Amino acid sequence: MSIRERLSGNEAVANAMRQINPDVVAAFPITPSTEVPQYFSTFVNNGSVDTEFVPVESEHSAMSACVGAAAAGGRVMTATSANGLSLMWEILYIASSLRLPIVMSCVNRAVSGPLNIHNDHSDSMGARDSGWIQLYCETNQEAYDNILMANRIAEHLNVQLPVMVCYDGFITSHSIENIELEEDDKVKAFVGEYNPEHYLLNKKEPIAVGPLDLQPYLFEHKFQQAEAMRAAKDVILEVSEEFAKMTGRKYGLFEEYKMEDAEVAIVVLNSTAGTAKHTIDELREKGVKAGLIKPRVFRPFPVTEIAQALKNVKAVAMLDKCDSTNGAAGPLYTEVTSALYTEGITGVKTVNYVYGIGGRDVKSDDIEKVFTDLQEIVSTGKVENPFRYLGLKD
Amino acid sequence: MAYNLKEAMKKPNRLASGHRMCAGCGAPVAVNAILRGLKPEDHAVIGSATGCLEVSTFIYPYTAWRDSFVHSAFENAGATVAGAEACYKAMKRKGKLPEDEHTKFIAFGGDGGTYDIGLQSLSGAMERGHDMVYVCYDNGAYMNTGIQRSSATPRFADTTTSPSGKVVPGKQQKRKDLTEVMAGHHLPYVAQTAPYGNFSDITTKAEKAIYTEGACFMNVLAPCPRGWGYPTENLMELCKLAVDTCYWPLYEIIDGRYVVNYKPKNKVPVAEWLKLQKRFAHLFKPGNEWMIEELQKEVDEKWERLLELEAITNKAE
Repeated sequence: MSIRERLSGNEAVANAMRQINPDVVAAFPITPSTEVPQYFSTFVNNGSVDTEFVPVESEHSAMSACVGAAAAGGRVMTATSANGLSLMWEILYIASSLRLPIVMSCVNRAVSGPLNIHNDHSDSMGARDSGWIQLYCETNQEAYDNILMANRIAEHLNVQLPVMVCYDGFITSHSIENIELEEDDKVKAFVGEYNPEHYLLNKKEPIAVGPLDLQPYLFEHKFQQAEAMRAAKDVILEVSEEFAKMTGRKYGLFEEYKMEDAEVAIVVLNSTAGTAKHTIDELREKGVKAGLIKPRVFRPFPVTEIAQALKNVKAVAMLDKCDSTNGAAGPLYTEVTSALYTEGITGVKTVNYVYGIGGRDVKSDDIEKVFTDLQEIVSTGKVENPFRYLGLKD
Repeated sequence: MAYNLKEAMKKPNRLASGHRMCAGCGAPVAVNAILRGLKPEDHAVIGSATGCLEVSTFIYPYTAWRDSFVHSAFENAGATVAGAEACYKAMKRKGKLPEDEHTKFIAFGGDGGTYDIGLQSLSGAMERGHDMVYVCYDNGAYMNTGIQRSSATPRFADTTTSPSGKVVPGKQQKRKDLTEVMAGHHLPYVAQTAPYGNFSDITTKAEKAIYTEGACFMNVLAPCPRGWGYPTENLMELCKLAVDTCYWPLYEIIDGRYVVNYKPKNKVPVAEWLKLQKRFAHLFKPGNEWMIEELQKEVDEKWERLLELEAITNKAE
């Protein structure tokens, strides 16, 4: 039986980590992810886990220690946000290229500068091409569930890649919600033991990790890494299906909300999807055929599936909580429009909104405005300016 | 057991030959002398910062390391090996590793990766007390990228980013004293050594560092023929003179107590060491005598201070 609880997102994630009982957790405090190692160190010092907790002196060392521990053969976890993730940058790429199944909670927060501690997605979006699988979460429940699935995905022999579980700073990390927790023994059985094929601590088979990898080999190694990312899609679905059997909670590559007959839709990540669902319900009562796609898996990007899910809408808005400052659109827009074109779907009008930067509140009125704009695009057949801002003051 | 060169040399090299380090380089000599401090039956996880040692010993698909080896980046050898050690503790606790097998953890970094870019990672790993040894092989500059100055570069040395020019005669700053920085971490064991003589000093210290529980640090002088400018066959002479001039004193700090391992009866003038190296050639031009005098003064002062520290920390209570 699941256990009904009321927990914040960070508490839920720390509890998932307690149930997983990893070998090593190395982390450094940064708002709003600080609570994760904080709760976890309590579990360590109270003896409810066997984990070695490494309270490092920086996020760079956090990820470095994770690399060392994972190469040594351990199940390894960490948590960070914003500038902490920025400081890890160099080692994020090393972790994925060494094919180390590290699991990180990325509690999304605006990357400096100027300094801001509130939620947007500039941190994890900046790391979208670092070779990490990225899972996004709307609620505390999703954060908990994705963490429980993450090790299985990361450690799968066809994958062997690190996983970043992203959820919104404060909005999700600090808000208390109702949540269903699984029993410890069930989680233990689901997550299973980690038995790496090759690892530093195996005296019988010493290995060397992290070579100088020159022109004759690096390309092929990078190709293998890209193949692993492609293979991750099926593995994520397999693990999610098994998870659904245990919990009844179903997860795919993305969630579709009222998309069956939708004419106008938005694509948005994380907590804003909750606000969007509320607005869609209201609009539906007024007869507007509104729908939502909430990507869960951003890396690997589900090109075909997302394009097919959007092929029947007349107009779609991609909401980016991150400005790529590329003189054009945010990353979600770029990825989705590229998917549509790749799938030969050219009849859907597309528009981008950068919103919620630095924790700017997103209200149902804002989402309603997007749908009003989409209806105008449908009626005029024109997209005046595809690169827009939502909730920006004059 | 007392050190015996013949016995020590019977141990197979744990860094195999065939690596691509330069002839006359101190680093691989130092590494093998240190690894002879390991008990033959013990497994080791060895980490290295990016640098000459790493890029010359582990070029895919070849490795010269007989033990497990890990390299991640330039500035994080301390944290990387600390992570592996943490994992060892956890896996031992969980019964995932054989009880009767022991793994030792050793990180190597050049002076660039240790004194400079990796100082924070090193300091963190040492302060947290991981059961590991960090070994800095100090060749006094960023040799791998082409002899750029580091904070370990001696004053007045000519490097490619502190060239001896018409106005500025080489590096202007004194070198950082990393061994003393590490002493400030209150570690159970800190040692300064060099591949020297019959290698008794370096191997004995390595054995102590490896088998002392907790975080231990070794600073090892490792001459570089390219960066220092000497014929390859002069390696051992340069090590010997660095010690005999007291430029590089051999000493250890055991739980805060200083032990100076070698006190030359006749301290050789530092000029004898300097003149064998091209990086100091400009010091011997007429009018530049003051630079040699300054360096001699620096060496003398530091040597006296070291002897005082030894006296103070060994005073009977």
